[in-house]
Amino acid sequence: MSTHASEGRRIATLRRRRFQPPRLPRPQLPRRERDLLKPEEMVAWSPLDRLGVAAAWFCGLLLIAISASIVIYMLVRGLQYLSITALFQHPVVLSTTQITGTAGGYLDPMEGTLILTTLGTLIALPIGVGIAVWLSEYGRPSWLARAVESGVEIVAGTPTIVLAIFGLLVFTQGVFGFLSFRAAGGAVFGRSFFIAGIMMSLIALPLIVGATREALQSIPAHVREASYALGKDKISTIRRVLLPASRKGIATGTTLGMGRIAGDTAIVVLLLGATPLQPLGNTPVLSTLRGTGSTLTSYVYNNSPAGEGNAPQKAYAAAFVLLMLVILMNFVVDLFSRKRSDTWAR
Amino acid sequence: MRRPDGLDKAGPRKSKDQRAELMLGALACIVLALIAGMIIFVFQKAWPSFSHNGLDWFSPWAGGNVDDQLTAIFESPADPSHYVYTMHAWPLLFATALITLTAVVIGTVFALLSAMFIVEFAPEALRRVLEPVVRLLAAVPSVIYGLIGILVVVHFFDQHLISQGSKDSVAGVVALNGFSWGVGALILTVMITPIMIAIVVDALRAVPTTWREGAVSLGINRWRALWTVSVRAARPAIVAAAVLATARALGEAIMLSMVTGSVGFAPNPLDGVIFFVEPARPLAATIVDNAEGLSVQPFAQTLYALAAVLLISAAFLSFAGWYIRRRLRAYTLSPI
Repeated sequence: MSTHASEGRRIATLRRRRFQPPRLPRPQLPRRERDLLKPEEMVAWSPLDRLGVAAAWFCGLLLIAISASIVIYMLVRGLQYLSITALFQHPVVLSTTQITGTAGGYLDPMEGTLILTTLGTLIALPIGVGIAVWLSEYGRPSWLARAVESGVEIVAGTPTIVLAIFGLLVFTQGVFGFLSFRAAGGAVFGRSFFIAGIMMSLIALPLIVGATREALQSIPAHVREASYALGKDKISTIRRVLLPASRKGIATGTTLGMGRIAGDTAIVVLLLGATPLQPLGNTPVLSTLRGTGSTLTSYVYNNSPAGEGNAPQKAYAAAFVLLMLVILMNFVVDLFSRKRSDTWAR
Repeated sequence: MRRPDGLDKAGPRKSKDQRAELMLGALACIVLALIAGMIIFVFQKAWPSFSHNGLDWFSPWAGGNVDDQLTAIFESPADPSHYVYTMHAWPLLFATALITLTAVVIGTVFALLSAMFIVEFAPEALRRVLEPVVRLLAAVPSVIYGLIGILVVVHFFDQHLISQGSKDSVAGVVALNGFSWGVGALILTVMITPIMIAIVVDALRAVPTTWREGAVSLGINRWRALWTVSVRAARPAIVAAAVLATARALGEAIMLSMVTGSVGFAPNPLDGVIFFVEPARPLAATIVDNAEGLSVQPFAQTLYALAAVLLISAAFLSFAGWYIRRRLRAYTLSPI
């Protein structure tokens, strides 16, 4: 009885042993890692190579120094001249049209930046996404696709000042009179939030198209095929599968575009009038959009020694607000790009 | 073998689908037409200025003070048959080329070295600081650079770098007060470098690690491996970055109008060191500075001529960039 039991236990032990994975010898690491020669110690470094590395270090450190000095300088000056009350005060008009001078706050420019950025983005987003979808998913005929592609690239390379005076050329035509002030003789002024927003959308457009296309192209083909296999047609696939999947790319492109719009000056100076908010008409929202205004960028420009105002304190404070806005947007882009990448397996 | 109907490569075909394609295509066509319209409009508007001056518009030997010419155009009589169009824009063209080239050449070298530093040599902590900083610098609005330039850098040049003697030496010709193309080019370099760094860093990272490991295993050092393998493979991206930066530099108006002194003067390299602190005014800044005059017909046409030159340069630049990238792509695997 007992022999049987011990026999059984022995067999069980053997069986267990048999199913245990074989034990491998542990890899023998060198006792001290510093005894080994590092790869870069085994190769020759010519003086020229050392110079190259030194130059790279120099450039990197210089970059840090420059950016730190810019940011710290703006921070110090901004906090020195920024007053919280001025943030909520309307500017005082001293010269004939432009808002300048030491008195008053910068509520209007801040609102202007907000309105213009929103408007430009709202115009650019659907058009940009539409073009990107067409280019990436349809793109037929191919010569047209190539033409559209180079057209977008030309817009991306066009100086904003050229866009601005082109906008002035177009929107002073009588047909577009409903978008802006008219002078007594019937001449169209050609300056309003609408007009500036439309031209601003051209700045954001290439960024949105580029980012959306990239996002669409990074979606593997099998995702599309799976959707087709479920009986979805192409446009439903785009709407329900591809666009939700490329949301991150679209958001990144849009935020970059918003930053560019908020930071542009040339279009504002030429197409927005650089005045305090001057609504046109009585309809609540439309009147503001048809009227003229200013943004933080034009406010900084007009208050710098280059503009008529020459009130550097105002310019510094407004520039500080603008910089904070840009840093905020940058941070948002960072958040988008840091989120976990989309769920399909690579 | 053909798949069952509706499941071939183009996806199922339905009328709703075709309508969507048509609409999106129409949208793209409208935007394309708008862009073509922009180019045609600007050129049509600019034509009188070009046709009245012929090649003198571009010629370095045409002479005359461009600011006086602009004033004369602005004050030309109201009668269209007596419009003044005489415009010899060489100082503006020269200033544009000088500032852009200086900034792009210095910026490219600086950006390449900085990108190599970020990718290969920077300690982890430093790298983690540098990457967001580069992105931030790329996003800072140009008017902020202009503000710093006009209030700090120009002042510094005026007070500490330009001696009274050199100011007196050219007193009759041009005022040396710190506002100069040199300051403009310097700040422009700082402005365009981050854009280039971002692109080059991405490209250097995209080079397969195995390529560099192969090089290192053959016994060359890290710098050589980076320089001969990664940088060479990333050449299309470096060209792309330089082209993008050139486009930004060409079109930079506000910052340059703030710091370059706004004098239609062609800096003279024969002046020695003073050359770097001589004032100038590039094309884009000229348009901004004179935007109030757009209501005067011949003056507006002259400004549109400047815009047309900028537009053509930008289009030519993007074409040249495309061509060079295509040529270089033969030597690399990474599609950029």
